[in-house]
Amino acid sequence: MTQSVVEESKSAAQHAAAAAASVPPLKRAKAAYLGRSPQDTPASPWNYVFLVVAILASAFPIYWMFVISSGTDQTLAHVPPDVIPKSLANIQHNVQMVLGLTTEQVTGASSGRTYTAADFTNAFVNSVLVTTIVTAGMLFFCSLAGFAFAKLRFKGRDPLMVIVLLTLTIPSQLGVVALYIVMVRLGWTEQLVAVIVPALVSAFGVFYMRQFIQDSVPDELVESARVDGASTFRVYWNLVLPIIRPALGVLGLLTAVGTWNEFQWALIVLGQGPHPTIGVALSRLASGSYVKYRIVIAGSLLATLPLILLLFVAGKQIVKGIMEGALKA
Amino acid sequence: MSATGGAQAAAAAAESAPVDATSTRRGSGLGREPTALSDFVARFDHKVIPYVLIAPFFLLFTVFGLYPLIYNGVVSFQNWTSFQNKGGSASFSHYSRVFSDGAFWHALGNTFGIFLLSTVPQLLLALVLASLLNRRLRAQNFFRVGILLPYVTPIVASTLIFAQVFGRDHGLLNSIIGNFGVHTTTPTGTFSGIDWRNTPASSWTAIATMVNWKWIGYNALLYLSAMQSIPKDVYEAAALDGAGAWKQLWKITVPMIRPMVLFTVVLSTIGGLQLFAEPMLFEPNPVAATGGSHGQWQTVAQLIYNMGWKQGELSYAAAMSWIMFFIIVILAGFNAFITNRLGGGKR
Repeated sequence: MTQSVVEESKSAAQHAAAAAASVPPLKRAKAAYLGRSPQDTPASPWNYVFLVVAILASAFPIYWMFVISSGTDQTLAHVPPDVIPKSLANIQHNVQMVLGLTTEQVTGASSGRTYTAADFTNAFVNSVLVTTIVTAGMLFFCSLAGFAFAKLRFKGRDPLMVIVLLTLTIPSQLGVVALYIVMVRLGWTEQLVAVIVPALVSAFGVFYMRQFIQDSVPDELVESARVDGASTFRVYWNLVLPIIRPALGVLGLLTAVGTWNEFQWALIVLGQGPHPTIGVALSRLASGSYVKYRIVIAGSLLATLPLILLLFVAGKQIVKGIMEGALKA
Repeated sequence: MSATGGAQAAAAAAESAPVDATSTRRGSGLGREPTALSDFVARFDHKVIPYVLIAPFFLLFTVFGLYPLIYNGVVSFQNWTSFQNKGGSASFSHYSRVFSDGAFWHALGNTFGIFLLSTVPQLLLALVLASLLNRRLRAQNFFRVGILLPYVTPIVASTLIFAQVFGRDHGLLNSIIGNFGVHTTTPTGTFSGIDWRNTPASSWTAIATMVNWKWIGYNALLYLSAMQSIPKDVYEAAALDGAGAWKQLWKITVPMIRPMVLFTVVLSTIGGLQLFAEPMLFEPNPVAATGGSHGQWQTVAQLIYNMGWKQGELSYAAAMSWIMFFIIVILAGFNAFITNRLGGGKR
């Protein structure tokens, strides 16, 4: 990919040289000014205005979660709707409702619904567990394989790497029916292991790690460690792992976000069982009759907050991961 | 290739132990003589361990990725109902049923409709957003991180809140467009705005809005990363030809990031045609998985879920999955081709 960009840039540069030769100096100076690449051009005020609008649009639904979960049945029926959060106490109440820590006075049939069936607290813990294990496993297995592909010589290495690259393009979600039957045979349906094990490796992870290790771990270092008698695994553990820590951080963040947010497979395989993840629990909250949206949205807010926190703490690394990962693919 | 030179040298050393002790630092480094055992260990380390390191990936991928995809084909020729194989061969009966199933074509139409409404604006706006970010900016990281808010928000949570915003009676959007005089009258009364869930076009628009919101920022970062690897002198040439900022974007920047545009077109084709969470949770009662009172926004992925797990017709669902697989592969290829042509590509 980068290859073709470079080729095109060469022809463009030649074109530039040819054009420059036949142009008077003043015009050339003006062109040099206008022709600053976009990233060297200071952003105009309008540029900032549009960007702020984009940020507001990105943040708005999350802000709206605050507004809805801070309401009561009465305030949410207001026309036009209230656009600023009502009260912190209401948020607290709605959050407690979703966690099953409190109940509401029953007045008439419509209030008869409880939210304990969604098992939200349990689901939150499950999601933390699944995300932690999947992320740890992904980092370990993908960095192991990436190391082998980048720095070890073995028969069939290159064809095997091609296979890894090919699997990048397979939309494997389309095998869900058969994957479900596999889970039935293993006796894993409605168990967290069914969402953990298939997610432990990814072709992208192996590929990303291989690229990073190739670029950042010097061959001489590996060689001299080998000469000193270090085993392959020792080289991986003591030499490679410390060097690739930034890449582990990036892959770990992307994996954690993806795992926390996964819904389709979790819904299929965990279904109505006793171990929902947070997405499944939210879909249960929103299902059935007499749904109170302030409570459902309080749940959504709870599910979103950990990730906003993550973005706040490690946003730069997540941005870097997306931008770098894309260039390498 | 010198990467593996070390491994090879060490392996060679292990195979010829006597020479090794004098010619390399190996023996002296550890202060012990190679023995038959250490020889065996070293050989094992070099010949077998690499395969052990890559084994987890291939094992897990084969069992949970490749095998299900192939086995899905097998299941589609069998008779699985209610999670049991009832035996016998179904031949192509499930496939012929798919082709004559109105619900499938209906869902396919919905899927394409939502796909078009979400992919085209998504990628165009991502391009504009990327070029806004591709400037010398104060608070650059703030903007880059900020546009990722939708990307990190759980898809279930964001869909539920959008379902609120698009609500008929107390939805924010209806209240806003009601102010501009948009009202709908039904036999039971009048309300502000429109009933977003009522018609295919309006429900597609609502769902496409959620998809656009979620992926514009992410795609903008992909484009931005490609834009920043464009050599700077190219722009000087364009300025000599008198191109302004807008013209630069379409005449230089976009053609030069064509490979990345192709990549995002393929990605969003694969993702957009498998839309599941949004149509599921847009429904007032998500567990129903019907995609509206008369399936007006039911997507194929949702129909597959409904058939397989709500109605227990796994084999039929498997046949639909395979048909969908081929549609996606063909369309992703076709879209890549068209995008390449539009971008003036030769290949």
